[in-house]
Amino acid sequence: MNDLSKNLSYFALVAVLIIGTGFYQSWNSALFILNMGLVSAILSLGVNLQWGIAGLLNVGVMGFVALGGASTIFISMAPIPAAWQAGGPRILLGLALGAATIAALVIGYSRLPKGRVRTIALLAVAVIGFLAYRSVISPAIKSVEAVNPALEGYLGGLGLPVLLAWPVGGLLAAGAAWIIGKTALGLRSDYLAIATLGISEIIVAVLKNEDWLTRGVKNVNGIPRPVPYEIDLQNDPLFVERAATLGLDPTIASTLFVKILYALLFASVLIILLWLSQRALNSPWGRMMRAIRDNETAARAMGKNVTARHLQVFILGSAVCGIAGAMMTTLDSQFTPSAYQPLRFTFLVWVMVIVGGSGNNFGAVLGGFIVWFLWVQVEPMGLWLMQVITSPLAEDSALRLHLINSAAHMRLLTMGIFLLLMLRFSPRGLLPEK
Amino acid sequence: MMIDFLNAIVALSNFVLIPAIAYGSQLALGALGVTLVYGVLRFSNFAHGDTMAFGTMTVILFTWWFQSMGISIHPLPTALLALPFGIAVTALLLLGTDRVVYRFYRKQKAQPVIYLIVSLGVMFILNGLVRFIIGPGDQRFADGERFIMKARDFKAMTGLKEGLAIKTSQSITLVTAIIVVIALFWFLNRTRTGKSMRAFSDNEDLALLSGINPERVVIYTWLIVAALATIAGTLYGLDKSFKPFTYFQLLLPIFAAAIVGGLGSPLGAIAGGFVIAFSEVMITYAWKKVLTYLMPDSLDPSGLVQLIATEYKFAISFVILVIVLLFRPTGLFRGKAL
Repeated sequence: MNDLSKNLSYFALVAVLIIGTGFYQSWNSALFILNMGLVSAILSLGVNLQWGIAGLLNVGVMGFVALGGASTIFISMAPIPAAWQAGGPRILLGLALGAATIAALVIGYSRLPKGRVRTIALLAVAVIGFLAYRSVISPAIKSVEAVNPALEGYLGGLGLPVLLAWPVGGLLAAGAAWIIGKTALGLRSDYLAIATLGISEIIVAVLKNEDWLTRGVKNVNGIPRPVPYEIDLQNDPLFVERAATLGLDPTIASTLFVKILYALLFASVLIILLWLSQRALNSPWGRMMRAIRDNETAARAMGKNVTARHLQVFILGSAVCGIAGAMMTTLDSQFTPSAYQPLRFTFLVWVMVIVGGSGNNFGAVLGGFIVWFLWVQVEPMGLWLMQVITSPLAEDSALRLHLINSAAHMRLLTMGIFLLLMLRFSPRGLLPEK
Repeated sequence: MMIDFLNAIVALSNFVLIPAIAYGSQLALGALGVTLVYGVLRFSNFAHGDTMAFGTMTVILFTWWFQSMGISIHPLPTALLALPFGIAVTALLLLGTDRVVYRFYRKQKAQPVIYLIVSLGVMFILNGLVRFIIGPGDQRFADGERFIMKARDFKAMTGLKEGLAIKTSQSITLVTAIIVVIALFWFLNRTRTGKSMRAFSDNEDLALLSGINPERVVIYTWLIVAALATIAGTLYGLDKSFKPFTYFQLLLPIFAAAIVGGLGSPLGAIAGGFVIAFSEVMITYAWKKVLTYLMPDSLDPSGLVQLIATEYKFAISFVILVIVLLFRPTGLFRGKAL
């Protein structure tokens, strides 16, 4: 029972922190922390699946999150008929050519006998395939991007409900993870780390530069929401009346109501994923994964296919990250590829997992909440600290202004110190694995 | 015909060869740092990019200080004068980090993966420190003569249509890189300490048995890594510009260079640096100009003949990395990996 009370007290602490934010700052920021905390907890669950349970070092979380985010565009934005007419099918044809080239290369490499003939043939296929792909796709991209570039200039999506984008985001991330896993798993763990770091940069570069797909750095705004808009609520007499009975201003009430709806949606996803993760962890499959993590050679000797299991868990964990990415973009209703920074979307998640307790699902969730809370609150705390430290200095002293302006960067420093202290003094995290 | 050929060669050198040589030297110096940490301390140091950023930042601060006092070594950039001071500060930082952070895990004989995660923590701290002190924005600190040869002068001199420009920073990069590499190889191959480092890297147990003091080896390694990282970072900053986030992103090509060459092999790191730099520059270069000179008029290319947009240069280091990992996992020079 001791474990349970420890778990509960930590989660109670999180609740106190968030409720305290509500009382001392505002309920809107408290709900913001709660919502992003829920998403962070899901991300952290995904990484915990890979690192905590299987010992795989994935430092490309950002890429999977971004893919999940992009899926909200593909699913929920309305299609743009003019752009499709301008070059949609031709782009699809170009992509198919590119895929066919790669498939031909892979098949050719494995089927043809080794030797100079194979090298020359594969090189020829690569060059011809690349030229064909470029000549088909380039003009089509140009004409699609020329369609009303200020507002559109991309193909749009399918116009389906945005909630569908969450599982699809997971599927997209899983697909990317399959490709990475196929090439990089089975090598040393450091190589997987560098490979995932690379692929995440590439994914974000694609989302930033392929304007026909995601409008690139012009961003996609106004992604449909699964919850009502504040303005509609404020114009709804029934809602205004209900808010009045609670003694709330309709504007504040509507923003809170929308955030609470998001919180309920996110919490249900978290609970489902947490339940699934717990089931997986305590199943024979989970025991096998941990056995592989603790001693790969022994597991291999017992006849376990280590590489296949690694691939499986890598895909599952990445899919969870993709789902979280789609949820995050849904919450913002805006897709901003330049916002994807590795420190925030990859390494912060790592801090969450390590601080919470790798290998323990509840630990990962706890880490998600606590670290996210700190990430948000360290900034005002740093600012306050700097003001106190520099108060003896003159009001317009250059050093004082510099320190106060730089206080925002304190959060990186704090996270690093936090991570190192945890690793040193409590390497198993707040809620250690049993 | 002959003139066209000369023009093509000049354009090629101006836009591809010279920039790639400079960039390759910078990557090689960075990759040498990564490879030394890997060889002696046996982990992939994810904080290396930010170590470079920290070193460059201290050099920039010293440069500003010297400039404010009116000290300069015109026509060379003041940063060269500030370099030794920057290296000293960075060395103190790395030795401090080792004492406070890494030594504990060395005593525990922790797994390389744990080291890697610890280095992520160090990365966060350095990242925060650099942004805290100098800010996240772009800093230009190159002063002195910008060009050794200007494109216009070259055209006037030779009468060719294409100009050849050589930036001071590019030639400084090459000269410094050659000096550093010679000094490093002399140190590793000729001095007692260097030999003990190599012995330690080859076989730790044997090295310990023959009385090599591991802590001494580690201290020397960090000193060398500090020098390499600061020099690489400063040269990159002089050549392009200093921005903390760019330095973090350099991690990928640097690791790719070290792995392509063979992790733990200094010679490999240099080769890897040039392989990555040349592929990156050549694949993202728009070949139209060079081809127009070389092809008969009727075959002039209509597009830019750029294989891949510059934004995707990370993809190139990555693809080379994957190809090497798949077909020759120990790298070109048989590093110790796998």
